[in-house]
Amino acid sequence: MYKLTHVQYFEALKENILKGLKCLDCGTITVPPKATCDECGSTNQEVTQLSGEGAIRTFTVIRVAPEGFKAPYVVVLAQLREGPWLTGLLDAPEPESVTMELIGKKVKMGHQVVEHMKYTSGPGVVPLFSLVDLNGEAR
Amino acid sequence: MGTSQVASALAMIEDSLYEEFTGLTFPGVFAMLAHQYADKYSIPLPVLKERMARVAVKNHYHGTMNPLAQFQKEITVEKVLNSPMVCDPLQVLDCCPISDGAAAVVLASREIAEKKVAKPIKVLGVGQGNGRPLSRQKDFTVMRARLFSSSQAYKMAGIEPRHVDVVELHDCFTIAEIVASECLGFFEFGKGSLAAELGETRLGGGIPINPSGGLKSKGHPVGATGCAQVYEIAKQLREECGPRQVEGARIGMTDTLGGTGTVVVNIILGR
Repeated sequence: MYKLTHVQYFEALKENILKGLKCLDCGTITVPPKATCDECGSTNQEVTQLSGEGAIRTFTVIRVAPEGFKAPYVVVLAQLREGPWLTGLLDAPEPESVTMELIGKKVKMGHQVVEHMKYTSGPGVVPLFSLVDLNGEAR
Repeated sequence: MGTSQVASALAMIEDSLYEEFTGLTFPGVFAMLAHQYADKYSIPLPVLKERMARVAVKNHYHGTMNPLAQFQKEITVEKVLNSPMVCDPLQVLDCCPISDGAAAVVLASREIAEKKVAKPIKVLGVGQGNGRPLSRQKDFTVMRARLFSSSQAYKMAGIEPRHVDVVELHDCFTIAEIVASECLGFFEFGKGSLAAELGETRLGGGIPINPSGGLKSKGHPVGATGCAQVYEIAKQLREECGPRQVEGARIGMTDTLGGTGTVVVNIILGR
């Protein structure tokens, strides 16, 4: 029933490949994957590969972290080139000094495996974004 | 439980597969909302921060008049802006506490209620709306769950936002009160922070918000919060609130949020 399971999605992320689902009825791309299209609810979807490129829409610097995480770190919501938004971490050399100027900055997706969570049934993989310079290179 | 354990437990409100692994905390969600709000409405962050601080100051002021509030002391804008940073741009005093508490409501048919109590309070309208996980909501300065829920409640009650005299809404963080006050229709989108600065939401203002002190000052015993909001509105409509009484309140409203805007419930009560 699931065209793209979370395990398949995580496995692709580990290769820095972002997979999503394209709706064959309305064209919307749903990512992270789920059984129904985010826009119209259709189950008529096919697996598609996304660019992993986008721009930061909002962010925060976590200074008081949950168990197992080491503050400070930057969490962002990025709008992907293909439309959907994605929650991820930002590879920021100095997390404590990021400012509102981050919003609108172009990013490219990598990944980070998260193994240290206590109450999950296994490790997870999260998008790890890096800022992209004018030449399109991640820095 | 220590701070990091509580942060872990509360982070479980997020999408467990696709968001929780980022280490995003509950305050972190609303911190991202604050940055999004400042960007969307082109409000310089220091201006928004001061307006957010005024929400905290106002709710603490209201809390001084509530003998059941967790914090019954006033704070200042300076104190908020000098409190430790939790997750940018939210500081400790932008955040509600984690509280123990309980509340109860007795529901009965109109016939029985009118026989048993001198001042029965009527349920005029109810609404519930659901939203998606954070990234699927995209712009969450306007929460879909709340738009759906409140329009349902207003429609059932046959009233408009301007008819509401007093509100208890979900101020888990200062920015949360601002976006809720817009989404419920009391202010235009993007104008809620200015309204807070102008004192519109204080006791005596155009639409008094959280006379109990709100989650911020009265406290946020998560499971009991919605019920406690109904309690405050019922007391307000019965004119039993002493110094924090909203004069002549006839219609009141509650607003309770869950998760990352994943669910909102609104109840409209009347005398």
